Amino acid sequence: MLVAGVGILAAFVILAFMAPYAAPYDPIFQDGTARLMAPSPAHPFGTDNFGRDVLSRVVWGARIDLQMAVIGVVFPFLIGTVVGTLAGFFGGWVDVMFMRIIDVVLAFPFLVLMLSIISILGPGLSSFYIAMALVGWVSYARLIRAQILVLKTQDFAVAAASLGFSRTRIMFRHLLPNALAGSLVFVMSDAVLVLLSGASISYLGLGVQPPLAEWGVMVAEAQGFMTQAWWITLFPGLAIVVLAFGFSLTGDALADLMGVRE
Amino acid sequence: MHRYRFVLFRPLQFLPVLFGISVVTFVLVRLIPGDPARILLGTRATPTAIANIRAQYGLDEPMWTQYLYFLKNLGAGEMGKSTLYKIDVLRLIATRVEPTLALVLAGVVLALLIAVPFAAISARRQGTVADHTVRVLSTAGIGFPSFWLGAMLIILFSVKLDWLPVSGYGETLFDKLTHLVLPGLTIALSLSAVLTRSLRAGMVAGLQSDIATAARARGMSENIVFWRHVVPNALVPTINLLAINIGWLIGGTVVVESVFALPGLGQLMVRGIFSRDYMVVQGVALTFAVATVLINFVADIITVALDPRIEL
Repeated sequence: MLVAGVGILAAFVILAFMAPYAAPYDPIFQDGTARLMAPSPAHPFGTDNFGRDVLSRVVWGARIDLQMAVIGVVFPFLIGTVVGTLAGFFGGWVDVMFMRIIDVVLAFPFLVLMLSIISILGPGLSSFYIAMALVGWVSYARLIRAQILVLKTQDFAVAAASLGFSRTRIMFRHLLPNALAGSLVFVMSDAVLVLLSGASISYLGLGVQPPLAEWGVMVAEAQGFMTQAWWITLFPGLAIVVLAFGFSLTGDALADLMGVRE
Repeated sequence: MHRYRFVLFRPLQFLPVLFGISVVTFVLVRLIPGDPARILLGTRATPTAIANIRAQYGLDEPMWTQYLYFLKNLGAGEMGKSTLYKIDVLRLIATRVEPTLALVLAGVVLALLIAVPFAAISARRQGTVADHTVRVLSTAGIGFPSFWLGAMLIILFSVKLDWLPVSGYGETLFDKLTHLVLPGLTIALSLSAVLTRSLRAGMVAGLQSDIATAARARGMSENIVFWRHVVPNALVPTINLLAINIGWLIGGTVVVESVFALPGLGQLMVRGIFSRDYMVVQGVALTFAVATVLINFVADIITVALDPRIEL
């Protein structure tokens, strides 16, 4: 499972880095003589309504969609980890305050809150990242907090405190490394959620903007041509499914490996 | 009856959350750069209309007074006016609730119809090819983007087979139902992936439980043991799982309504974002958040009613 999952992820990373060499055509080159062509040896995934090669666009899309999944996970992870550590370690009013904020964020349907924030920041990829950072940290904060609450009563933490180590040192050098396993597993399922959200928001026209080849954007652009050209819709979506599957498999394998139950 | 005591006390715990929801939606609109009165009314507002809005929302007063005005207006069922549709946001929302509600219901019902048989096959034939297939599909299914799934269903059932309408909603009940099949199926396929995993785990545990052993000892056939004793027990946690996922489900309707041009709340919100109709965006976000809190509460009541062992 781990091999399959990591294999899929590695394949997409290589594809993203090698896009200029792996893609047979320029992803935004419009060939007026080759519009809406069905898959053929020259264009294995066919062409779209502008005569752009769908395979090349799917390959280049790996760059944007992978970047979206990675950046969309990293910031919430960092913010959530710090907040969760502080809330769990200090308890008291710090904990109460953060937990109330988390309750409110979780009361909103995830995508609805994302869209509300994007409506104010304006459409675009950077708005998506900001909205993601503002909303996504809560899951990590809850996971880490729960771990820290248990860990801080254990002997090694008490020993560290009695040795006179600073609170910062105990929090980040002793407690946090032991608390991370669960959220590292969660990173993988979160990456699926972030990928799907980013692609969905781009599909709605509020994320990545055309003519950039992002998979959600490609499906949105294909919608006017569903009656004539199924291939423009099929392939970008399949790319999302396979990449998401790679994240899920890796996550499941990591959970087994580390003995973490989700 | 003490098991139901939480029905009285839980709403008190909602108060801080509802307060937070109102603050977030209030702040969201105030964060938009520019004159709030103009933002609320659109660029072509008359000076009198702007003066009226300033008075109604107390826009010349400090922020916290403005927030109190906002609450007072909310209490009176006043969410402002849509700049695009020129009617009250609450009334606009009321006209759009039905398709969204119908879509969620259709999605949940279809998801159960898909998930229960698949989980049953998987749990009763552990380790077989069928079991592995179901498990791989339910893992992969979580990563299916709903906008793409919807588009593929349209291509298959509307374009190629011509069985169902491509998009829209319709007037008569029958018309509406036919328009809901594909959007409902889109939601259901993603949701059933989540449900199948949990149902399978519940059924596997149930088949090995003392209840099942006792039933077998009384000479019941394996089918009766499974469908009468194992399945009902495996379904109880599903209600909670649905409630936990309600936010995700509502997010799904927002996307699916856009794919199928269903005139529901999600589509209203997305169009509101594009037309800078901020009062509509605020109103829909508020409605969805309050609905999420209420649905979780109702799910708790149902869970307690269904399983006498659970205490909240």
